[in-house]
Amino acid sequence: MIEVRNLVKTFGAFTAVNDVSFSVAEGEIFAFLGPNGAGKTTTIKMLTTLLHPTSGSIRLDGLDPLKQQNEARKKFGIVFQDPSLDGDLTAAENMEIHGVLYGVPHKVRRQRTEELLKLFELWDRRDEQVKKFSGGMKRRLEIARGFLHTPRILFLDEPTLGLDPQSRNQLWTHVKKVNEAEKVTVFLTTHYMDEADRVAHRIGVIDHGKLVTQGTPTEIKEQTGTTTLEDAFLKLTGETIRDESASSTDMMRQFAKMWSGGKR
Amino acid sequence: MRAIYILWLRELKRYARSRSQVIASLGQPMLYLLVLGFGLGSVFQKAGMGSYLQFIAPGIIGMTVLFSSIFSGLGLLWDRQFGFLKEMLVAPVPRLEIMIGRTLGGMTVSVIQGMLVLVIALIVGFRPVSWWHLPIAIGFMLAISLVFAALGVAIGSSLQDMQGFQLIMNFLVMPIYFLSGAMFPLAGQGWPLKIATRIDPLSYGIDGMRAVLLGSSTFSPVLDIAVLICVGAVLLVFGAYRFSKIEI
Ligand SMILES: Nc1ncnc2c1ncn2[C@@H]1O[C@H](COP(=O)(O)OP(=O)(O)O)[C@@H](O)[C@H]1O
Ligand SMILES: [Mg+2]
Repeated sequence: MIEVRNLVKTFGAFTAVNDVSFSVAEGEIFAFLGPNGAGKTTTIKMLTTLLHPTSGSIRLDGLDPLKQQNEARKKFGIVFQDPSLDGDLTAAENMEIHGVLYGVPHKVRRQRTEELLKLFELWDRRDEQVKKFSGGMKRRLEIARGFLHTPRILFLDEPTLGLDPQSRNQLWTHVKKVNEAEKVTVFLTTHYMDEADRVAHRIGVIDHGKLVTQGTPTEIKEQTGTTTLEDAFLKLTGETIRDESASSTDMMRQFAKMWSGGKR
Repeated sequence: MRAIYILWLRELKRYARSRSQVIASLGQPMLYLLVLGFGLGSVFQKAGMGSYLQFIAPGIIGMTVLFSSIFSGLGLLWDRQFGFLKEMLVAPVPRLEIMIGRTLGGMTVSVIQGMLVLVIALIVGFRPVSWWHLPIAIGFMLAISLVFAALGVAIGSSLQDMQGFQLIMNFLVMPIYFLSGAMFPLAGQGWPLKIATRIDPLSYGIDGMRAVLLGSSTFSPVLDIAVLICVGAVLLVFGAYRFSKIEI
């Protein structure tokens, strides 16, 4: 369902994704794990037509997201790592726009919006402007919105970031449900190894832009001679803490790219 | 079509909800109208140029439409900042439709703003040569908003963050306003200013509005509308191209 060959993305002299290849079968749940700044989000952006790869090839259900952008976009849904809601609109309006953009018929839209907002406990607040929501509520709305249409592939970029255990549980139950009932292929990233262990069929570990290893959770534990995925992860990626916060060079980079437009 | 409609509606809803912003954005034109219209009125009259309020009202309406439409395009920077741009860009809708929906929304909002200023001008004593010309004046507002909403989208798609905003304000938007003849007559200038005013598309918009509202103009209203539509079309194509190239 997802075929990635020798994918590379450089930002100036910095290589964020370095020669990554993997494939995800239809109906599979694939977890992409890696420390902060490893290149997970950059990979997802390239898979979802938001960023042009420097080199390498991508196929989503046989489609090239570079050349057949619109057809490719019809195949997937995504929950972004960073906020992507319109704060001036209400929760219901955010759902509505999403449904219309994805061509979900009016009746189905109404019905699913109600189901999902109830599931993620936002139904009572549906007519409030999103900017008044707490961080957790916004996150829940992003997730509910991601499930409004049923894509063939679902990208979840750190979906549980900032969620309480109840909502996390709801989310993974729902992910498993759509995966089993509708054979939706799921590509997810997370920092919680227990989650990956619980839901993922297969795992890829990425560090410094390079794919370190891939396999089933059991295979990866056997490979590293560890008993938990957490230990396996630490063994593979080392114990140093990665900091991706904006440094002064980051700011300069930002400034330099201000006028460079979409090229970069 | 549905996508265009829902994104158009989004712009209107956001406008209707930002009540403080609506008032703030009307405050400035109102101030200009009153202070300049009445303050400079006697000087203007002594120079044998007639009523300055009459002269400046179309200019202030043009200014309002200029600011409002260019900001609607630059609003892409906000959408980028707050992340909603991503949501629009991954949707299975041609980017052209997304850009059109957004731009039509911005144009609608800026024409509403222009009409509100027109109403204020009428209240403080502005009188068009014929009431029947008002719809044509609104047509000119629409043409002005097309030009600058398209320009705004082109710029908003090309900038990566808000840092460029002040630059755009100081080195593009303000010169467009001051060189447009909004505040002074276009006739009788030295050649450098003359060239600058003729390059500025807003000059033709304001000249066109003066033609229909006051019955006097420097160019012909047909030339005015032709220039606006041509420049608008070119900028729209350019804006759509830049928009289609956005990466996040
Ligand atoms: N637009 C960009 N310009 C320059 N560097 C970037 C850009 N986007 C991401 N990076 C860098 O690429 C690296 C990978 O980032 P990312 O894919 O967001 O990591 P992850 O999602 O795995 O935490 C980081 O070091 C980040 O700073
Ligand atoms: Mg990330």
